[in-house]
Amino acid sequence: MIIESHADYRQQILMLYTRSSALDSEVVAWAMYDGTGATTHYAGDQDAVPYSTGLDAMQAGWRVLQVSQLNPPYPSAEYQTSYLPFEVMLEKWVKFDEK
Amino acid sequence: MKNNSVRRTDLLSTGDMARFVARGFLRFDGLIPDEINRDFLERIMRDEVRSHPPGTPLAECYATCPPIGALLRLPKVAGMIQSLVGLNPLFDHHAVHHCPPHQARAQDTHADSIVDVRSTAFDIQLMYYPHEVTASMGGTRYIPGSHFRRINEMAIARYQNIAGQQHVVCPAGTLLIMHHGIWHGGGCNRSGESRYMLKIRLNPTCRQVRLWNTDDLAALSVGPAAIFDPDAYRHQDRIQTLFERPEKWFPMDESRLETVNRIRLWRALIDDPEFDSHYWLSRLENQPE
Repeated sequence: MIIESHADYRQQILMLYTRSSALDSEVVAWAMYDGTGATTHYAGDQDAVPYSTGLDAMQAGWRVLQVSQLNPPYPSAEYQTSYLPFEVMLEKWVKFDEK
Repeated sequence: MKNNSVRRTDLLSTGDMARFVARGFLRFDGLIPDEINRDFLERIMRDEVRSHPPGTPLAECYATCPPIGALLRLPKVAGMIQSLVGLNPLFDHHAVHHCPPHQARAQDTHADSIVDVRSTAFDIQLMYYPHEVTASMGGTRYIPGSHFRRINEMAIARYQNIAGQQHVVCPAGTLLIMHHGIWHGGGCNRSGESRYMLKIRLNPTCRQVRLWNTDDLAALSVGPAAIFDPDAYRHQDRIQTLFERPEKWFPMDESRLETVNRIRLWRALIDDPEFDSHYWLSRLENQPE
């Protein structure tokens, strides 16, 4: 994709949390941040998943920026659960119309 | 309020306790009578609901707020409290939550207080809804099964939505009892009316061992005859079956870790270090010398 001027575009970020480290596994949590300001999102605003899997989001045009590393369990805390482990950050560049 | 031991039949059942251990909450819709609900709402409007110093015995609280004293003395409510945190719990704090009308966003998802490393003792939080909460009023959002996750407060704010999240849309007089670790947040009130909720946190003063009505403990403790025995999954009320059931949002590799967390808390609650489900811990504890 050739972008004429970055000033004309804004970033949308989609955070997906998948059931496993595989990008085609089921989405179990999600968040959306819209740099265009056209939509707003907040905690609890959507009970239905926007995409069934990470791969579905890619096929809808979202570009993967980052995925979680696979870290070995911390010694003596092997059974402790904590933050969601499989985070996928995706983006779209969207034409921005200030009007 | 004064606190006395309740009848055995007003205590929680083993099934209730196992569900609390597995999912981190118990919900009772419309449990509190209307006269208490109305009296409490009127006192909120008059700004008459006063708190108490942390660590005050609960039995010494709410003399100046009769509806809450009456709520806590209801046999079913007193029985729940006694089953979970014992006969003489301490008042930690309370908060009257007021969500004004026409909100533009919700409170982010979080766990209360700070990261809590206790593995067996736990606090409870009573969430009391004195009026009907409709879908447009938002309600409290909570994530079943999140209570064992060791996170710190608002660090999880990035998780806007989680599969299986619950919204407390409920009739007046609903009571939600939560393990202190449950992830939750106030929902966005898009309606034209204010939303009110009272949260009370309670601390135990005794070991939380067999405080409930254990008459059905043996009947529900029938473990599977063999690992992955399909018959075990047909008995939905059995403790081991409840502990094996994952939440929709559990990462694939962590469902069994959450089962282990449930087993460990249950071992403490029934004071039986050998309780197990599907051999998860027995296998790991086998170290012949």
